[in-house]
Amino acid sequence: MLSPELGHYALALACVLAAVQGIIPLIGASRRDARLMALAPGLAIGQMIALGVSFLSLIYAAVTDDFSVQNIAENSAVSKPLLYKITGVWGNHEGSILLWALILGLCGAAVAAFGRNLPSALRARVIAVLGLVATGFELFCLTTSDPFARIWPAPMDGQGMNPLLQDPGLAFHPPILYTGYVGFAVPFAFAIAALIEGRVDAAWGRWVRPWAVAAWCFLTCGIAMGSWWSYYVLGWGGYWFWDPVENASLIPWLTGTALIHSAIVVEKREALKIWTVLLAIATFSFSLSGTFLVRSGILNSVHAFANDPARGVFILGLLGVVIGGSLALFAYRAPTLTAGGLFAPISREGALVLNNILLCSLCAVVLTGTMYPPFMSLLFDRTISVGKPFFDATTIPLALPLFIFMGFGPMLPWKRAQLWPVLQKLWLAAIVAALACAVAVFELSGVLAILCAAAALWVIAASVTDLAERTKLFRVPVATSLQRARMLPRAIIGTAIAHAGVGITVLGLAAMSQAQHKIVEVPIGTTEQLAGYDWTLKAVEQEPGPNYTAMVATLEVRHNGRLVTVMHPSKRSFNSQNQTTTDVAIHTNMLADLYGVLGDKHGPDSSPTYVLRLHYNPLAPWMWLGALIMAFGGALSLSDRRMRVGAPQRAKSTPASTSVA
Amino acid sequence: MTRKTRRLWLVLACVACLGTAAALILRAFSSDIVFFVTPSQVEASPPPADRTVKLGGMVVAGSVKREKHGETPVATFAVTDGQAAVTVQYEGILPDLFREGQSVVAIGTVKPPHGFVASEVLAKHDETYMPKEVAEALKKSGKWDPRFGPPPSAASWNNMTVQDASKSLSAPAAAN
Repeated sequence: MLSPELGHYALALACVLAAVQGIIPLIGASRRDARLMALAPGLAIGQMIALGVSFLSLIYAAVTDDFSVQNIAENSAVSKPLLYKITGVWGNHEGSILLWALILGLCGAAVAAFGRNLPSALRARVIAVLGLVATGFELFCLTTSDPFARIWPAPMDGQGMNPLLQDPGLAFHPPILYTGYVGFAVPFAFAIAALIEGRVDAAWGRWVRPWAVAAWCFLTCGIAMGSWWSYYVLGWGGYWFWDPVENASLIPWLTGTALIHSAIVVEKREALKIWTVLLAIATFSFSLSGTFLVRSGILNSVHAFANDPARGVFILGLLGVVIGGSLALFAYRAPTLTAGGLFAPISREGALVLNNILLCSLCAVVLTGTMYPPFMSLLFDRTISVGKPFFDATTIPLALPLFIFMGFGPMLPWKRAQLWPVLQKLWLAAIVAALACAVAVFELSGVLAILCAAAALWVIAASVTDLAERTKLFRVPVATSLQRARMLPRAIIGTAIAHAGVGITVLGLAAMSQAQHKIVEVPIGTTEQLAGYDWTLKAVEQEPGPNYTAMVATLEVRHNGRLVTVMHPSKRSFNSQNQTTTDVAIHTNMLADLYGVLGDKHGPDSSPTYVLRLHYNPLAPWMWLGALIMAFGGALSLSDRRMRVGAPQRAKSTPASTSVA
Repeated sequence: MTRKTRRLWLVLACVACLGTAAALILRAFSSDIVFFVTPSQVEASPPPADRTVKLGGMVVAGSVKREKHGETPVATFAVTDGQAAVTVQYEGILPDLFREGQSVVAIGTVKPPHGFVASEVLAKHDETYMPKEVAEALKKSGKWDPRFGPPPSAASWNNMTVQDASKSLSAPAAAN
């Protein structure tokens, strides 16, 4: 059966398979030995199966409460609900590393399964690079963070899980986020394979893009879920803390976004090749350092799991080998790649270059803000921190031009474009943005918030205009427009949807800067006013839960005398860990969130008073909705026939009418 | 357009963006960076009253008072690094993990002479955890030498606030 020993053995087996997968196909590809290269897919799939068995063993041990396994004794308990026994497997350092390795194995197997039409040498090298990376992480898992380590004597019950992590949102957040992080290993492997081969062409761009887009979709969803979790679980009313962990996910997202755009230029124009290879390396390097520097506790953060020096040294070594090795290979081989042509500044590719420059500047700013405090404390022994004021002041002015050019970009033709005809098409969008600006001046306070709101509507309006132009909406009969819409490549629709998603998110962010809140300490029966709503504390009761007891408040919210909602914010005390969590009550009408938090009880039991924190968060759901729309746009463009992996062939031209993406 | 001018455009765009980014960072560094201070630093050389700082230390046992100003709950508590104590005033809900005798980080401004108005109070997720800054402050103040084992239990040393370090180490710990 699935025992921890079997899991441990399977992990070791996977590590050996990964090492073989990392060496044999590389030798095969350099000797042009078809038999050696043909081993690669089988090894990748074998490695994935071994990791799957290993992971299932750990889940099995968690579900059956096998407290002789140290990891489970430390993080689980008999009273924990089944869902959290399963998801708790990746809620700790050891398990999360195993999940990381499993997803990397899945990526390798996916390349093996879906990459049949790749040239055999390229496929062998890609799978080999993935194997080498996997070897490193499986070794890390086996030597310094073994999830299957036993303890003796086995305790009767485990220590339980941090109650903050017992939440469905957080349970599924790590796998999605990790899939995003690890997914960028595939473009990285493509980049390394291309450097070894010394060849990057349009077909390479076309092969690498679906993998990058897929990883980007997962990363987008993962970041949005993390932000949503901190909004409704931590109960502080905010959604983004500019914490190193959050920044660690934002940095690869920014470079990954740049990557999926620059790969288009490689595909269409065979330019920006070296840059795209560098971006692929950088994105994965940031993903790696993000997850591991943070998890190792090198960056001081609320999310850090462990402070084990052996782990830290191993991680630094591994990061040094992966990042240093790939950059060295880049420095050595990049000059052999033929440079693409330069092109006119006003053109689609010009706009994409601008997108890349702006995204990379943003990335540099976030990176500086994240790394400056640890460097200062390391080098000058000065403890400082950098927070929201810093990032607001630096990122927004750089993001605004990005949003403005996002409106033009997709409408510019390739090669040589005229700005004037595009501006003529966008006059409606410009009017919408100007109107939004005018409204925002009255509704919002703060110059940056007003500009962001206007830019957001500009992006949305420009995306809609783009689709309307392409379908000739209102200029030909509606049926013809629908026909044209059906004939449009999905990648174009996906682009427009993803861009509109950015607009929706930014609109949510701009509105959230106007959030109102109020903290009061009141007896039962008091009515408070906030943002035009009357909030009445009706009752507070004690309620038992499965492994906690809760103090539940009944909060009635009325608007002009009409009952809007009855909310039940609560405060839970967990029995096993002497810990309390606040359970936020949120009522949304999609235009605003009413957000109530119950605080402490004060005063004598005969006339108690309760601390309440009430928030009015305008357009809050739009921030995450926009991110989901972005990911949906990405997924839609993935379903484009032209993007399908393997479909393209080297040096095949596309008809001019569809040469956009 | 010649190749040269095209390249010029590209270079100009890069320089403009990265230059703007650098300028923004430098500007923000001069105004938006939050320094970490310990209570004894506040005592010795208080930062200007308009400057946001992070104050870290242990909550002195028995110092937490909760009052109501109108309907607004106001918590006051003393934060110490074993050398000096600063009284922090905070309007709002203290975090779930806020405990007397445990480490805390308050973000806010100094109110002369020895007060502090916090806009945010952070306590760690983990009870056993001590923020790195607080641990450093403890070591600097001589309350804890990492060579001689784990940090002293917070409850035992938070009442030796203004005493000399060597004296307080030998003094019996009063219960909180």
